[in-house]
Amino acid sequence: MEAKPRLLTVLEAVTGVMFVIAVAMVFFYAPTEAVMGNVQKVFYFHVAAAWVGMLGFMAAGVAGVAFLRKKDFKWDIVSMAAVEISLVFFFISIVLGSIWARPAWNTWWTWDPRLTTATVVELVYAAYLLLRQGIDDPDRRARFGAVYTIVGFISVPLTFISIRLLRTIHPVVIGDSNPDATGGFSMTAPMRLTFFYSLITFSFIFVTLLWHRIRLGKLAEKVEQLRLKLSV
Amino acid sequence: MFELLLRTTPNTNNYMIGGYAVFFIVMIVYLFSLVLRYRNMQRDLATLEDLEKE
Repeated sequence: MEAKPRLLTVLEAVTGVMFVIAVAMVFFYAPTEAVMGNVQKVFYFHVAAAWVGMLGFMAAGVAGVAFLRKKDFKWDIVSMAAVEISLVFFFISIVLGSIWARPAWNTWWTWDPRLTTATVVELVYAAYLLLRQGIDDPDRRARFGAVYTIVGFISVPLTFISIRLLRTIHPVVIGDSNPDATGGFSMTAPMRLTFFYSLITFSFIFVTLLWHRIRLGKLAEKVEQLRLKLSV
Repeated sequence: MFELLLRTTPNTNNYMIGGYAVFFIVMIVYLFSLVLRYRNMQRDLATLEDLEKE
C-alpha cells in the first residue's frame, strides 16, 4: 500500500490553516454590504467555488490532451479526478448563487445567460462521469474521456464571458459592470482582500483534493488491473 | 449617517447562514465519500492480492 507523501500532509495542514483564516476574514474582517446585508458574504465562496470549478475543468482538458499525446493512463486519472472535484465546487457555486439571488433578485432562479451556461457546464460534466461508467474497456474509456473533456471545455469560457458579452442581470464584480445587472456592488479594500484571499485558499483546496483523488484513482486502477488479471 | 445605514440595510442573515451551511454540508459529504471509497478500494485490493496468492 502506498504511504501518504509527507508533502501532502504539509499541504493539508497549510490548506486547513488558510481555510480557517478565509472563513474568519469572511465573517469578521470583510464589512457588511449596506444594500444587500450579510447575504453578500456568500459572494466570497460563491466566486471562489466557481473558480475552482473552472480551474478543474481546464485541468481536465489539459490532461485529456496529454493523454491523447502520450497514451499514459495517469493523465486519464488526473482528468477524471479534476472533473469530479470541479463538479462538486461548481454545484456549490450554483447553489450559493441561487441563495444569494433570492434576496437580491427576488427569485431563486432565472434563465439568465450566466445561470443557463453554468447549468449546461454542470450537466456536460455530470454526463461525462455517467458515460464513462458505461465503457468497460479501459483504453476506450480513457480515449473517450480525453476527447470529451477537450470538447466539453468549450462550455467553460462561454460561461465566463456570458456576463461580459450578453445582456444579463448577473453582476460583474471584476471588470466593467453590466448596466442591466442587479445586485452589483463596489468592493472596498477589505472586501477585495477577502475575495482574493478566498480565491487563493480555494486553489489550495483544489490542489489538495486533486492529489487525494488522484491517489484514489491510482488505487482503483490497480484494483481493476488485478481483477482483469484474475478473471483471465 | 450610521443610523441611516442601520435602518436601510436589510436583515439577510438567514440566507448567509443557509449558503454557508450548504457549502459545509456538501464539502463534508464529499470528503467523507473520498475517505470511504479509499478504504473500500484498499479492502478490495487486499482481497484480490490474497486471491492472487492462492
